[in-house]
Amino acid sequence: MEDGSRAFVSVADSGEWRAMKSVCWLFAAALVVFVGPALALVETYDFSDPELEVRYQNLTEELRCPKCQNQNIADSNAPIAQDLRRLLHQQLEEGDSDAEILDHMVARYGEFVRYRPSFGGVSIILWLAPALLLVAAFGVLLLTLRSKSRAATAGVASLSVEEQARLQSLLNKAEQDS
Amino acid sequence: MGPRLKLFLPLILFAMMAITLFRGLSLDPSEMPSALIDRPFPAFNLPRLGGPGLLSQADLEGQVSLLNVWATWCVACRVEHPYLKQLAQRGIPLFGINYKDNDADAQRWLDELGDPYRFNIADHEGTLGLDLGVYGAPETYLVDATGVIQYRHVGVVDEKVWKTVLEPLYQSLTVESGAQ
Amino acid sequence: MMPEIGHFALIIAFCLTLMLATVPAWGAWRGNVIAMALAPTLAIGVLVFVGISFGCLASAFLQDDFSVALVASHSNSLLPPIYKFAAVWGNHEGSLMLWALILALWTAAVALFSPSLPLLVLSRVLSVMGAIGVGFLSFSLVTSNPFARLLPGTPVDGGDLNPLLQDPGLIIHPPLLYMGYVGFSVAFAFAIAALLGGRLDASWARWSRPWTNIAWGFLSLGIMLGSWWAYYELGWGGWWFWDPVENASFMPWLAGTALIHSLAATDKRGLFKSWTVLLAIFAFSLSLLGTFLVRSGVLTSVHAFATDPARGMFILVFLALVVGGSLTLYAFRAPAVSSKVTFAWVSRESLLLCNNVVFLVATLTVLFGTLFPLIVDGLGMGKVSVGPPYFNAVFVPLMVLLVPFMGIGPVSRWKGDDVARWRSELMIPAVVAVVCGFTFPLLHAPYNIWVALAVLLSSWLVLGLLQDVWRRLRNASSPARGLQRLTPGYCGMLIAHLGFAICVTGVVATSQYSVERDLRMSPGDTQELAGYEFKFIEVTQVRGPNFTADEARIEVSRDDVIVASLLPQKRRYLATGSVMTEAAIDPGLFRDLYVAMGEPIGNDGAWAMRLHYKPLVRWMWLGAIFMAAGAFTSVLDKRYRRQRHVVQSGNKAALHGA
Repeated sequence: MEDGSRAFVSVADSGEWRAMKSVCWLFAAALVVFVGPALALVETYDFSDPELEVRYQNLTEELRCPKCQNQNIADSNAPIAQDLRRLLHQQLEEGDSDAEILDHMVARYGEFVRYRPSFGGVSIILWLAPALLLVAAFGVLLLTLRSKSRAATAGVASLSVEEQARLQSLLNKAEQDS
Repeated sequence: MGPRLKLFLPLILFAMMAITLFRGLSLDPSEMPSALIDRPFPAFNLPRLGGPGLLSQADLEGQVSLLNVWATWCVACRVEHPYLKQLAQRGIPLFGINYKDNDADAQRWLDELGDPYRFNIADHEGTLGLDLGVYGAPETYLVDATGVIQYRHVGVVDEKVWKTVLEPLYQSLTVESGAQ
Repeated sequence: MMPEIGHFALIIAFCLTLMLATVPAWGAWRGNVIAMALAPTLAIGVLVFVGISFGCLASAFLQDDFSVALVASHSNSLLPPIYKFAAVWGNHEGSLMLWALILALWTAAVALFSPSLPLLVLSRVLSVMGAIGVGFLSFSLVTSNPFARLLPGTPVDGGDLNPLLQDPGLIIHPPLLYMGYVGFSVAFAFAIAALLGGRLDASWARWSRPWTNIAWGFLSLGIMLGSWWAYYELGWGGWWFWDPVENASFMPWLAGTALIHSLAATDKRGLFKSWTVLLAIFAFSLSLLGTFLVRSGVLTSVHAFATDPARGMFILVFLALVVGGSLTLYAFRAPAVSSKVTFAWVSRESLLLCNNVVFLVATLTVLFGTLFPLIVDGLGMGKVSVGPPYFNAVFVPLMVLLVPFMGIGPVSRWKGDDVARWRSELMIPAVVAVVCGFTFPLLHAPYNIWVALAVLLSSWLVLGLLQDVWRRLRNASSPARGLQRLTPGYCGMLIAHLGFAICVTGVVATSQYSVERDLRMSPGDTQELAGYEFKFIEVTQVRGPNFTADEARIEVSRDDVIVASLLPQKRRYLATGSVMTEAAIDPGLFRDLYVAMGEPIGNDGAWAMRLHYKPLVRWMWLGAIFMAAGAFTSVLDKRYRRQRHVVQSGNKAALHGA
């Protein structure tokens, strides 16, 4: 499974960190349960506007790190994630809108890099599915209820009035016990 | 038979899911095709490694070429290097992008191991890499004569990769560009 | 020698399990009492030998026997003993052994604690559980042998357990999760036994309810622990990521919730029999699917074991056999005609059906979202990602939809009820809930509509429950008598629903009101966050049993009163050299303060720090604990113990009748 095409190592910044990181990544990929080191926040950004920082936090959670094992760029310290965060900071400061920034990323890394599936193309089915399922399920539910209640009223109606009253009081008493 | 048929629905749905999972076993979820396939090579204006002047995407036009993203800190690039030299010797146009590296180290590396590249683009900040959608080294792009990206291979290029994937595509692109 | 003993014990266990899967089932088919009566004995035998095997593996870890490949890869001599033990299941092969052990435990428990169960049913149930055991033990023996040796060339020391796993979380999270997953196999086995018996009456529901409730309780605890563990271990303050592996544990929980409610209806009213059977099959299938997703490499996840498509194939075949087989049996044996039992539109039954619908849709939504990238890739349509933005957007509305029904549920009556009665009973709770919903968020600026909604819904739930308790106590001759008449089943429901309300409030409050800042701090700096002052005092070097660390001291104060002194660490583990951040948390019932160290910046002692203020985050886990407590409480109901006497004479009749 580990053929040559998987053995590449991504960007690193300083000497010893590079070597250690490559060893770590190969090691981790082969052996561990929990792939992906815990957060090692490597940089902090200052924003000219607190609103931008909020957008930054949201966008870093919407974007997926292209090479990590399912992490967003906020939580990953893979070098490509760092580069993308830097790019994000730059674009926010330049005044790009969220949509523009996301389109920019998708144009280069594909839909893979967005954690929120787009509303177009094949992903539309993903957004429609819950609603459709809900409607279908409730539809089945209503049909079931209708047939049950028709049978219920038919059943109860076959009792006389006193019997119905007695039945109801018995049921109430049983209810209190349960 | 009608109501009983309804009871087969879960089984049918499960079968569909099982087929999907079976298909999934032969796929690689972390493999990512380039988003730039059939798109022109991104515009750039970067220095040439070890030489004067700037390079741009126009310098890539005119022949079908391989663009190799490499760096001195990348262990696998060292592994792939000898084969790249072989390819260069066969006359395959090979260009390099020296990704997030410094010139001195890169030059020393090439002096030591040999230089298969026709030229190297020095992408110190990784800006060209970001525009290309590079997420790690080594990566190799196959670009046609008009500067349109046709394929990206992520990882080491060796004999097997060349023979099975890159060479057929390279040949067909060369024939096409020759016909034009 | 020990590993070989363990290996042989595993083989013997496999043989016994194979016998358990076949002989009693054959006996049930042929009416052979001796064959059927073998089942409990075989179950205990399997437990003994799996226990021996597990014990041998554990002792290999505890004794640092690096000739065993597993120990060499996942342990280290410097590891504290408790983690050496937990390392047994901190890897693929060992965790399979844990699965097998827990399965053997549940099988033996069903064998021992079901004196009231007719032998015919018991033998079938145990056979089904044995069949599952066959799958897991053969998977272990054939593809994932934990006892493989490194001889010659035994390493001097091991590769060390991943530092992220060197935590109490590893000791309890997997066992609790597996208790849940495996526990659903009991309901599954009962369902299959009922289908095999050909006579689908409601008794199977009564028998499986306690087992299912216990399993669900354990699974709730397991998921809660996973969330809590990720929160304090990973250093980014998150507690749920909708990662495929997390979803793999959540889906059985969702289906299990539908199941426990459906079982209640089937037990009490003999309704939904075939639907509940389907749910039982569904819940356990999701457990198995989870096993597949985690170990096959089909989906990318931070939590996945070292993945191997060959192993994935084995599990897929097993999944196909078990689930495909059970669904085929269902298709042929489930009654095509619905039961004669009826109920009105307005009744507890229809509310329970609504519950089922919502949880089913939720489960299918999560399933679809998790598998979607795979489906799209398989169809050759490219690579997409489905993550938290999607799941949060679709899951939350479903839960919102659920809560109004949950509020009415406890008050409602079986078979037929009256909306006017609901209105009169629940008017006060409804009004008070709306008032709470509007006013409570005013306590905490800025006003947040989601929190308002959450408070409204949770108050509605809680007040509805309190109202119902009050009504019952009031109707009794005295409060003491009233309390006595509150059965464990009812109390369990009360506690569990209360837990759900607490959980929902916690989730929404922490998602909406959390404040987080990443910034550069040098010793002496102070940072304000959500009304608290974080003062970075100093950094010192400390040494742990198998690591060295830079430890920062952060003093947190509020209104000039020091509330906490936090000591986050940046650890470097000696065996592997891997670096990890250890967050420091000041826990509180109403808020958590959270500090994690990043990397050092520059050369003047400055560090990148992440500071969090997380209100009500503990409520989420507290709620889950309540839910589990409720489930465990409900099992104490004496109606499950009453049936001891009824049975023996019924056995012979049942034998001839089936």
